[in-house]
Amino acid sequence: MRQFLLFISVVIVGLLFTARLFYLQVYASDSYSLYEDNAIRKVYKYPKRGFVYDRNGELLVANQPSYDVMVIPREVKPLDTLEFCQLLKIDKEQFNKQLEKAKNYSYRLPYVFVSQLSKEDYAILQEKMRKYEGFYIQKRSLRQYETTIGANVLGDIGEVNNAIINKDPYYKMGDLIGKQGVEASYEDILRGKKGIQFIQKDRFNRNIAPYKNGTYDTLPEPGKDITITIDAKLQAYGELLMQHKRGGIIAIEPQTGEILAMISAPTYDPNALVGRKRSKNFTKLFYDTIAKPLFNRSLQGVYEPGSPFKLLTGLIALQEDVIDTSEKITCYTGYKYGNRFMKCHCASGTRNDIISAIEKSCNAYFASTYRRILDKNGNASLGINRWSDHLKSFGLGNFLNNDLNVGQPGRVPDREYYRRIYPNTFYSTYTISNSIGQGEVATTPIQLANVVAAIANRGHYFTPHIIKSISGDTIPSKYKTPIHTTIDKKHFDPVVEGMFEVYNKGTASSLKVEGIDICGKTGTVENFTKIDGKHTQLTDHSIFVAFAPKDNPKIAIAVFVENGYWGSRFAGKIASLMIEKYIKGTISRTDLEHWLLTHSLEDEYAKPYSGEPFGINRQAKLQVIPVDKEALKIYEDNNKKL
Amino acid sequence: MLRKTDRHFKFDWITIILFFLLVGFGWLNILSASHTGETLDYFNFQDPYSKQLIFIMLSVVLIIITLSIDAKFYERFSSIIYMVALLSLVGVFIFGKTINGATSWYNLGVMTFQPSEFAKAATALAVAKYISDLNTDLKYFKDQLKVFIIIAIPAILILLQNDTGSTLVYAAFFFVLYREGLPTIYLISALLVIIIAILTLKFGIIITTITAVVSVLAYHFTRRKKPSIIQTTLIILAAILFSFAIRYAYNTIIPAHQKDRISIWLRLEKDPSELRKMRQTVAYNLNESEKAISSGGFSGKGFLEGTRTTGKFVPEQHTDYIFTTVGEEWGFIGTFGVVLIFVLLIIRILHLSELQKSQFSRAYGYAVASIFFIHFMINIGMVMGLIPTIGIPLPLFSYGGSGLWGFTILLFIFIKLDSNKINEW
Ligand SMILES: [Zn+2]
Repeated sequence: MRQFLLFISVVIVGLLFTARLFYLQVYASDSYSLYEDNAIRKVYKYPKRGFVYDRNGELLVANQPSYDVMVIPREVKPLDTLEFCQLLKIDKEQFNKQLEKAKNYSYRLPYVFVSQLSKEDYAILQEKMRKYEGFYIQKRSLRQYETTIGANVLGDIGEVNNAIINKDPYYKMGDLIGKQGVEASYEDILRGKKGIQFIQKDRFNRNIAPYKNGTYDTLPEPGKDITITIDAKLQAYGELLMQHKRGGIIAIEPQTGEILAMISAPTYDPNALVGRKRSKNFTKLFYDTIAKPLFNRSLQGVYEPGSPFKLLTGLIALQEDVIDTSEKITCYTGYKYGNRFMKCHCASGTRNDIISAIEKSCNAYFASTYRRILDKNGNASLGINRWSDHLKSFGLGNFLNNDLNVGQPGRVPDREYYRRIYPNTFYSTYTISNSIGQGEVATTPIQLANVVAAIANRGHYFTPHIIKSISGDTIPSKYKTPIHTTIDKKHFDPVVEGMFEVYNKGTASSLKVEGIDICGKTGTVENFTKIDGKHTQLTDHSIFVAFAPKDNPKIAIAVFVENGYWGSRFAGKIASLMIEKYIKGTISRTDLEHWLLTHSLEDEYAKPYSGEPFGINRQAKLQVIPVDKEALKIYEDNNKKL
Repeated sequence: MLRKTDRHFKFDWITIILFFLLVGFGWLNILSASHTGETLDYFNFQDPYSKQLIFIMLSVVLIIITLSIDAKFYERFSSIIYMVALLSLVGVFIFGKTINGATSWYNLGVMTFQPSEFAKAATALAVAKYISDLNTDLKYFKDQLKVFIIIAIPAILILLQNDTGSTLVYAAFFFVLYREGLPTIYLISALLVIIIAILTLKFGIIITTITAVVSVLAYHFTRRKKPSIIQTTLIILAAILFSFAIRYAYNTIIPAHQKDRISIWLRLEKDPSELRKMRQTVAYNLNESEKAISSGGFSGKGFLEGTRTTGKFVPEQHTDYIFTTVGEEWGFIGTFGVVLIFVLLIIRILHLSELQKSQFSRAYGYAVASIFFIHFMINIGMVMGLIPTIGIPLPLFSYGGSGLWGFTILLFIFIKLDSNKINEW
């Protein structure tokens, strides 16, 4: 027995070691990755973020350097806190708080101690930095907005959050990513690709040498510049006109689907979301739940389309052959169905064909054609589905599938939609408000602008998009492929004619612009809201759609002005001016411009929240203001840069 | 001519091959752990890998000398060799130099020299000599005491030099004594002492007491021939008393840094913030060493490719922690290989020992195997966290001239003795 004690001990120890080694090296060991190896320092080289130009080559977004003070807690040596705090413009308490946070994050990893120093602070600090061991300055690149326009279009960049880091390993703590606008939708193109350098560290976290002489290192690939379809001058002008108003404007080039202007009011200076002031300003914008400056009304604002929708009712009626261009329908100041009545502005006994019906915006005409569409085969259920399909062919009721990172599908009801309310019988009269764009149909400004573009093109449209070109790259072919509506080309002529008459002698005759044949349609939509849980009616929204010139259209536009009352009052004026600005470059209707600059809707927006009783529409008094000098100066400064 | 070849082959080549495998592979790892990234210069006599290369060359000279000396010399002069070793250990207190807190070095100008590395071989010779004496019988307490003193003198001298690790190595002689007739009660007592100590520290005195009472009573009642009640009671009392003594020693006598090592080993600390602090301080080496081994995975990062080795994350990596380099660069394949070679070497020595005709050679061989085993077990066990941190080198593998030469002489004396076994009678 005695001779086996040591032998057995050796065997047992050998087996025990093997088991332990197997556990450490095979069972508990992850497969090796250079990226995960914490003996190797990974230094990322950030590429230049791509610039953004407008359609005329004007620089809108560039870069500016920014300097962060970083800290590695375990390398911090006792320092003159007072002086250091003064240099950083923070107080002792903040200093301690930040250091505590950094320590909680990690003792050996760098942490952003103070972010985004101003150039002046950086210049002073840089010379003294060596005194503060454990702290260093890291250069980063921030966005530089050349003008103050287009905050909603251009968007902004901000630090990635954990959700993004977990989803996409490209992003590391502290990286910047596009958050809104084209910064978000073209993030992959603008950001380029980070370069990486692997450096062998020692246990004191000091660099020793490049890992394998830099064999695995990569150089950063600069982001690509992009040109967007926006006409910066038009955008700037639209933003000026929308001062003291809320709403959205979308202008599209019908021949290409390029978005010429995308205005959401109120807006803000995009530079407010750059640098150290970013989080403060963002919070302010984010929590303004009444004016909602971050809410892109031109893309996300879902409104009833109102009278412009009659254009679609007319087109569908012609396509479905339930009316022809010569047929006249008599209007008795409205339309009677069952025991209900839909009012109209026509004189009693007016006989309207489709052209004059559009010009006069006759409710009776479109209500009866709507019924004919639905009742065509004696089955309103099938009829409304057919109607719905026609509408969807204009891009309504769904996302436009484009390169804008926010949007709303709006609403195009069909039989299924009404099943809840009318499970069994369904008659065309149930949904007759749809005929004039009020009932259940709902659209966003961009959808309506796209409808107008399709009408301007007499039957097809191009997916509205924001990208014009990418340097050294092509844009997706879907933006160059026409999408045909279900309406034959020939049916558009009478509708276009009707829209032309709107300007010629109809509801927009006061908005004519010398030398441009504009086709348009006004709209006025009732609007309700909940204030303190109470269903309250507010002043109507002012809506206008238009395109110009009548032949070979260059611009199609939809304008929504919240609580602007009737269509030509606010929206129509803005549409006319935008068209003139875009086509002529100068403004001849300075009277309209002056009117817009001196009329504000801010009281209108404020009064429902004042707690006082208030009147709407006819009872509301329009607020007159002196010309906003500050806004005008910003506009002129922007124009100088463009 | 044939006779001459025969003479060469009488050395056990398996042992010699295993020896050179360890020395060679060890040197590759020392190279990896100590090169600075600049071009390698094997003869600058500055970097550890260069010095070790010289040490290895000189060890070949030592081998030749050791094998050339007549086998009888080692037995005859064992007492004198032992005395010389003791003198050299004493001399350190007068002429010695302190490195890492241990006063166990002579400074020879070009290199330092650690006599305790040679004292192992000398003590092994002395113990073998004493045991093989025809008048010695380890059944008797008087002889037990004498052999204990032979072992204890160098051990105490080394302990006084503040080199706890090297002192512990002398526990290896227990295997020799047991093989040569030490009563089994010692083995049982030793095992009980270890079990009670661990139980006390890990689970406290109460659980230890309960365990002791239950197991002793179980033993008492299951035996057909009942031991006396008084004896059983005394054993229980002794166990409880010992448990209290361990607790007391742990709380008041053992120095703080050793207490920490025990605490880490038995995972006594539960507070996460304390644990985090420990990882930065007392547990730093172990933490880094486990990480380095683990990061090697199954097949390792490759020779000279270890990032943690290149970054010198593991302190003392080329000496006591050399095994972590194997782990990182050669992976499980490498570490398993090293463990296997050590196990084979020790078993081979054991096997040869059992074949010896003289008790002197057998006892000496046992001492060699035991010393290798203790070093192997403590070093690799410590690096992987299976044993509390105790600073002793991995034989033939770790950097260091004294260590390498000490083990070379230790092993090759046995190879010489083994080669001579036909001439014994
Ligand atoms: Zn009418």
